[in-house]
Amino acid sequence: MVSRHTFAALGCAAALLALTACAPAGRGTPDASGSPSASGNVCPLGGLSTRTAGKLTVGTDNPAYEPWFSDNKPANGKGFESAVAYQVAKRLGYEGENVVWTSVPFNNAIAPGPKAYDIDLNQFSITPERKQAVDFSSPYYLVRQTVITIKGSKIAGATTIAALQGAKLGAQVGTTSYQAITDVIKPTGKPSVFNNNDDAKKALQNRTIDGLVVDLPTAFYMTGAELTGGVIVGQLPQVGVPEQFGIVLDKDSPLTGCVSKAVDQLRQDGTLAVLEKTWLAGTGGAPELQ
Amino acid sequence: MIYRPSDVQLERATFRRRRAVRSVLLAAVSTAVVGVLLIVAVTGAPGWNRVQDSFLNLDVARKSFQPIVEGLWLNIRMLVVCALLALALGLLIAVLRTLRGPVFFPVRALATLYTYTFRGVPLIIVIYVFAFGVPGLRLQGTPNVYVLGGGALVITYGAYLAEVFRAGIESVHPSQLAAARSLGLTYRQTMRHVVLPQAVRRVAPPLLNDTVALQKDVGLISLAGPIDAVRAAQIATAQYFNYTPYIVAAVLFVLLALPLIAVTDWVTLRAARRQNAGS
Repeated sequence: MVSRHTFAALGCAAALLALTACAPAGRGTPDASGSPSASGNVCPLGGLSTRTAGKLTVGTDNPAYEPWFSDNKPANGKGFESAVAYQVAKRLGYEGENVVWTSVPFNNAIAPGPKAYDIDLNQFSITPERKQAVDFSSPYYLVRQTVITIKGSKIAGATTIAALQGAKLGAQVGTTSYQAITDVIKPTGKPSVFNNNDDAKKALQNRTIDGLVVDLPTAFYMTGAELTGGVIVGQLPQVGVPEQFGIVLDKDSPLTGCVSKAVDQLRQDGTLAVLEKTWLAGTGGAPELQ
Repeated sequence: MIYRPSDVQLERATFRRRRAVRSVLLAAVSTAVVGVLLIVAVTGAPGWNRVQDSFLNLDVARKSFQPIVEGLWLNIRMLVVCALLALALGLLIAVLRTLRGPVFFPVRALATLYTYTFRGVPLIIVIYVFAFGVPGLRLQGTPNVYVLGGGALVITYGAYLAEVFRAGIESVHPSQLAAARSLGLTYRQTMRHVVLPQAVRRVAPPLLNDTVALQKDVGLISLAGPIDAVRAAQIATAQYFNYTPYIVAAVLFVLLALPLIAVTDWVTLRAARRQNAGS
């Protein structure tokens, strides 16, 4: 027993030594490069230390999917994330021509190492694991729960939450989606619970359930690519602890603070809410259920 | 004359009494030692507090109790219906498999194929096929998932029970059949009055054993959407980030199984006593 504990202690000590030995080397440089701009204006309009001076390089995947982008052309300013990117760029002092788009595959964007972009928007949810490899701005979108169904179902035309209460609804076990059914919709019958969304999708296709609750990005993907005749009924009010989408930046990027500030301003002045309504609820086809 | 035990007899009685007291004391001491060792080993483990908090949290148990009991009610209803239907199906298949005569070969072959297939296929897959495959046919009047899931359980357990019944039928000595036929009973009468009563009595313990197993498997219809006790516990576990609901469900399942297990033991004991009554 004694010897095992001693080994464990030695192991811990070794790990600690290794950590402290590596840490300064990794963290020192960005702090140093960040300090000059901190001396004057922290976020000079259009004068941030970007990859190309005077230009903001924004990354996203190709193809870029609806309703986050439109027609696979991020530069057209249409679609939720494209619109958010242009608004953030505007707050940072980069307008029109000075916003340059570049194609970055989803997985490359969050891989450690040198980045081909200044900021990247690609429906990245903020997780502690990803934070180890990259920086995230403040969240620009809190994922909403959404009801989907099949064309011809009795809830296909529902516009209110009350209209869903008589329906047989399903969700994956242990998810916020299930919580949304029990806490927000409060149906008269028991909800159906499935091990995973594949089973739930099958049940929806078989019409053993009338509607399925998933988060909004999944709803777009399921109705767009997976379910024949799948339609979005609408978004539910926020419930539980939502997933958050953040703008990805290089680890310890000098821009992180400025981008976060811009996002926070957009949230406070209501711009984000307007963009959400325009591109997700309006054009995106996921109306808000009251 | 009054019976007066001899000194030797008295000595024997005292000795026996002393032995009895001694073995009771020994059993008590040994149980106490094992118990203390177990408690010390479990509660003294470095992670005991964490385990106690995440598996034996009274507060979470109280909050998750009601939904789990509601789920258990579904288990109980499914169990009663499925057990009765599976027993009937099993008996029918067993009788078909033991039919004699070349004419009945196709019936025997089909019954054999059925027991081979459904004892081999995992129950989960049968439920998937029934609950997700059958409604996909979009036939008019497709029953709901409770009926479909129940059907999968009945068909799978029917195959096991059929083999138990067949073992019982074949354990009845051929001389009994011969005697019944020589008395002029038809095949049907022989089965009804001579073979089956003995066969069922002999296999009652394994039949009840399978029923106890079925009690746990009926919950698998939760795959198709309904919320049974284990699913309710799973939901509560995800909600409270605590595993106590699973323990609550486990305790309820044990309580549910206790009467069945007790009946099984009693039936086994009674059968053994009766069968050995003559010897």
